[in-house]
Amino acid sequence: MSTVKPNYTRPLDIKNGRVDMSHGSGGRAMAQLITELFAAAFDNEYLAQGNDGALLPSAAGRLVMATDSHVVSPLFFAGGDIGCLSVHGTINDVAVMGATPLYLSAGFILEEGFPLADLKRIVESMAQAAREAGVPVVTGDTKVVEQGKGDGVFITTTGVGVVREGVNLSGDLAKPGDKILLSGTIGDHGMAILSQREGLTFSAPIVSDTAALHGLIAAMLDSGVKLRVLRDPTRGGLATTLNEIAKQSGVGMMLQESAIAVNQPVEAACEFLGLDPLYVANEGKLIAICAPEDAARLLEVMRAHPLGKGASVIGEVLDDAHGFVQMTTKLGGRRVVDWLAGEQLPRIC
Amino acid sequence: MKYVDEFRDGELAKNISANIAREADPKRNYRLMEFCGGHTHAISRYGIADLLPSNVRMIHGPGCPVCVLPIGRVDQAIRLAREHGVILCTYADTVRVPASDNLSLMRAKAKGADVRMIYSTQDALKIARENPQREVVFLAIGFETTTPPTAVAIKQAAAEGLKNFSILCDHVLTPAAMHAILAVEGGVAIDGFVGPAHVSTVIGSKPYEPFADDYGKPVVIAGFEPLDVMQAILMLVRQVNDGRAAVENEFTRAVTREGNLKAQELVAEVFELRDMFEWRGLGSVPNSALKLRPKYAAFDAELKFKVDYVEVPDNKACECAAILRGQKRPQECKIFGTVCTPENPVGSCMVSSEGACAAHYSYGRFRETV
Repeated sequence: MSTVKPNYTRPLDIKNGRVDMSHGSGGRAMAQLITELFAAAFDNEYLAQGNDGALLPSAAGRLVMATDSHVVSPLFFAGGDIGCLSVHGTINDVAVMGATPLYLSAGFILEEGFPLADLKRIVESMAQAAREAGVPVVTGDTKVVEQGKGDGVFITTTGVGVVREGVNLSGDLAKPGDKILLSGTIGDHGMAILSQREGLTFSAPIVSDTAALHGLIAAMLDSGVKLRVLRDPTRGGLATTLNEIAKQSGVGMMLQESAIAVNQPVEAACEFLGLDPLYVANEGKLIAICAPEDAARLLEVMRAHPLGKGASVIGEVLDDAHGFVQMTTKLGGRRVVDWLAGEQLPRIC
Repeated sequence: MKYVDEFRDGELAKNISANIAREADPKRNYRLMEFCGGHTHAISRYGIADLLPSNVRMIHGPGCPVCVLPIGRVDQAIRLAREHGVILCTYADTVRVPASDNLSLMRAKAKGADVRMIYSTQDALKIARENPQREVVFLAIGFETTTPPTAVAIKQAAAEGLKNFSILCDHVLTPAAMHAILAVEGGVAIDGFVGPAHVSTVIGSKPYEPFADDYGKPVVIAGFEPLDVMQAILMLVRQVNDGRAAVENEFTRAVTREGNLKAQELVAEVFELRDMFEWRGLGSVPNSALKLRPKYAAFDAELKFKVDYVEVPDNKACECAAILRGQKRPQECKIFGTVCTPENPVGSCMVSSEGACAAHYSYGRFRETV
């Protein structure tokens, strides 16, 4: 009886091995990395086709496609890592368009010398996030760059989804009088990264809020409330995202500082480092804008979902030719909440 | 947040606001300068101007270390990084200050200079220890608050025999700058000062006494929280109404008359006065800045690398000088908000969020449209 020898006589040395240039060369080492690490973790029927691209069934409806690159440092942080972050980030970008996310692709740029054990941890975290979200990674790519030309691992994910019938969300649809809702506390992700980088410790650790929001968004759409704008305030924080919407819609906004919740350790860390939580990144929060008569119902629906239990109405849309986002401070004064100038924090997502 | 929220309470703010409105004499104007950028930031961020009657106006002073740094000083740092190949460490906002040749430390970094943003002098020492083959220079800026940590770093470096560490010393002195503002012929249109918070924890309230005694200007030292600032404004209004000029201390929870003697000793041991230092906006001011004592000359990057200071005139259209002296408001500058914005600052007041122009641009410009 003849036995067929396996192609690889030795499995990958995940424990002590490191990425080397051959892992991106297109040869046997790369094939082995893909089979033993990526395909094993992401395991789904489309990936199993083993072709250059994934052949997907036709989808009924308008398609949404979104892409997001992730370069966060440190790669592992309280509440997550670059792996699950790269899944959540792209799912959220698709979902805030009012779409049901269906598939993801993942591109990896690995730095020569990166420990395979860390790569495995990241890939497994990605796979778990994709499984929990019900959105498979159906195709991917791996490249290796020389040592010193990357920072461990960079991940780019692209997502495709189908927009629900009758749903029409866009940043240019906010109208004067509309209410602005926020799904929870701000600044958690950015400060989790920064406090870890700076070695700041607090009595309660700051945990990233990284999460896939498509479940919450589905509940909001199911409620029948007429949503006009949905957006996730990631880089640049709440302030920058609201300015983007104000600019797109040609409106102003008035926020109430007292309605914007900040977790206490986040507030303390911001205070300590001289940062404004309004500009700090979030990875599991959304902003929703709806007609004033729908606000109460929408708030109720959001609060009923675990990822929206801290939701509140934080302000309203105004008619303002200058497009200023303003805020009534807790003190009772007024200020502009401007675009972020320069960079507040480097490499957070 | 405990110990902080109490000083940001909206109800208390309303009370103080009502007191200021009641006590301010409608027949006169109160032009009060907050010297410190920290106060400028608090006033803008919390919208304190909305809580003051129209005849009580805050003038933003020069107390932002980034804003008073002249172009030539940034040029020196850039030369060190680009021509001498040092690792140049500095506090965050400094990297955005515009310098000659359309450069800044951030742009020099993009062109390959090794510029690192740090939070503490200890970070600079750590970088020096970890890179024994490289020269590490800390661009030391700031008023009396940031000087003691620099002194500590110098003493540590000396004790450790750290030979690859030095500083470009641009530490400046608050009272000297206040003298420069007040010593203008014909006097200045300022009725009183909100005195610095953190600076005063180090130097105490005593150094401000000449401003009350010799120039007849009331000074109230205040903390950086919004209620501190409002209480100080009320105290200044009362002094002006009474025709008094005294140094009063609103920030008693942190400031004494004598200040932090230990920090003062440390600074005196490591630093001595510079005869002359150029400030952006104020020009050359005698005895207004510090340099390392000869004993620590080995840590003086200006001597070590022989980078001389070359004076560079400010952009002609930029009104930073008049703004830092309280003679003009940011919106009175022709290039404010058009050519000069926080993304592309021409003048240094637009760089730091503590700068008068950036604070007005970022937090207050809706006021011009109503």
